[in-house]
Amino acid sequence: MVYKKRLDGRKMNETREIEAKAGVIKKADGSAYFKIGKTWAYAAVYGPRELYPRFLQNSNKGIIRFSYIMMPFSGMGERVRPGPNRRSKEISMVSQKALNSVVDLVDFPNTVVDVVVELPQTDAGSRCAGICAASIALADAGVPMKDMVAAVAAGVVDNTVCLDLSYEEEQYPDYAKEKLDSEHVADIPVACIPSTGEITLLQMDGIMNKDQLIDAINLAKEKCKEIVEIQRNAIHEKYKYKINKKSMDWKKELGE
Amino acid sequence: MTDENKEENKDKEIKSDSKLLVKNKDVVVPGQILAEGFDFLPSYGTYRKDDKILANKLGLVTMEGKVIKTIPMAGRYLPKRNDVIIGRVTDIGMNAWRLDINSAYTAMLSSREVGGDRGYSSYPKKGSLSKTFHVGDYIFCKIVKVNSQNLTDVTTNDRGLRKLQGGRVLYVNTHKVPRIIGKKGSMVNMIKQATDCKMMVGQNGIVWIQCDPKHESTAVEAIRKIENESHIPGLTNRVKEFLEKQTGKKLDIKEDDEEIRGK
Repeated sequence: MVYKKRLDGRKMNETREIEAKAGVIKKADGSAYFKIGKTWAYAAVYGPRELYPRFLQNSNKGIIRFSYIMMPFSGMGERVRPGPNRRSKEISMVSQKALNSVVDLVDFPNTVVDVVVELPQTDAGSRCAGICAASIALADAGVPMKDMVAAVAAGVVDNTVCLDLSYEEEQYPDYAKEKLDSEHVADIPVACIPSTGEITLLQMDGIMNKDQLIDAINLAKEKCKEIVEIQRNAIHEKYKYKINKKSMDWKKELGE
Repeated sequence: MTDENKEENKDKEIKSDSKLLVKNKDVVVPGQILAEGFDFLPSYGTYRKDDKILANKLGLVTMEGKVIKTIPMAGRYLPKRNDVIIGRVTDIGMNAWRLDINSAYTAMLSSREVGGDRGYSSYPKKGSLSKTFHVGDYIFCKIVKVNSQNLTDVTTNDRGLRKLQGGRVLYVNTHKVPRIIGKKGSMVNMIKQATDCKMMVGQNGIVWIQCDPKHESTAVEAIRKIENESHIPGLTNRVKEFLEKQTGKKLDIKEDDEEIRGK
């Protein structure tokens, strides 16, 4: 059986519906949410601020600390145990490295920028959503960065390359009710810097051949250029909203 | 030929070769392309990549001839020498106070830097610094030294520098402080005149006000208004009208608001 039509009716190069907004958490220096389908990621950025214990400090530049947290009720099945686990530690580490290459903290030696990403509900592609939300929040916090990082997953379902797999697609063999190998589904999250085309995150789950890999990466890279526009818009929207709302309030006050 | 005409011609010349993709005072985000071609120069908040100029900070675009730069809209305060700031005492050592200055770094106030203007004949004695300033006090001080690791030393030995007694403290966006102060202090003076407040504005985004309870909320609202609307033209007039409406006083202020930096 060949996977010709996607389970939720999307095109092969189409992502789930994306919604992004900046400035959603009041107490944070910068914040954003990024929703892609049923996966929601909220990011908050604190800092640059002092870093303790002191042995972690870098006297040449500031560092980023990333924490990826799935909320207990966020999973598809059983309750996710709160607190760090093997999976969340790994995702925090790779996400931090994905953002590290764009953020420039030479003006802030010995400091840390804390990026906290929490996911109230997850479907699939949560690390990509987390990175997208985090990079909007970093820009919103005024952290110097050469570009924003966009991320999306691409994969192979039953020998067909497609973009942004959903949870059902990742479980495709179960859905097809056929005895397929787990190798029929592969998934690669890709994070890239759209202005240069450099890739900052590349992981793979499952097995695919070389051609499929190249196709998938190209597909994801292209989509990243569209996603980064959504991210930028989110910040523009924040300031636009302020202008309209406040100036209208002011006009109302004066009875105009 | 007047200066304005010259400016216009210059712009035309530039446009014939390179392309400018943003307008003056546009909000730009990191990675956004501001201009193409080699006729523009990148300055603060921007960088050149191949033939393009990109933003690397969230900010407002300002053009100064060929030079493109951005004025940041968000971000932490970075200590700078000779800045007058407000700090909160967080710790008392043997010879110095440690101040929280609303930044990524803390500042040191040595006991040697206290005295003089306060009329003390000698410095505060070693080991009894809490008699002068205690934990939680807000101090109006000036930065004398910032080293490469951003370790900051401050002093209170200058005119007007002192402990702030009474009143209330507001935290505002550091980058809006020049707008709150206004050109040569015009905005601060306007608020002071309208509300009869005492007001101190630190470059680090801490504002101290002390006034009649009647007008306190007006002053706070005016400051918040400036903070929120500073990127919209016509700020001075708006704040003036707001203050006149709230206090019922007639204010006599010159109208010059087109300079975005204020200071």
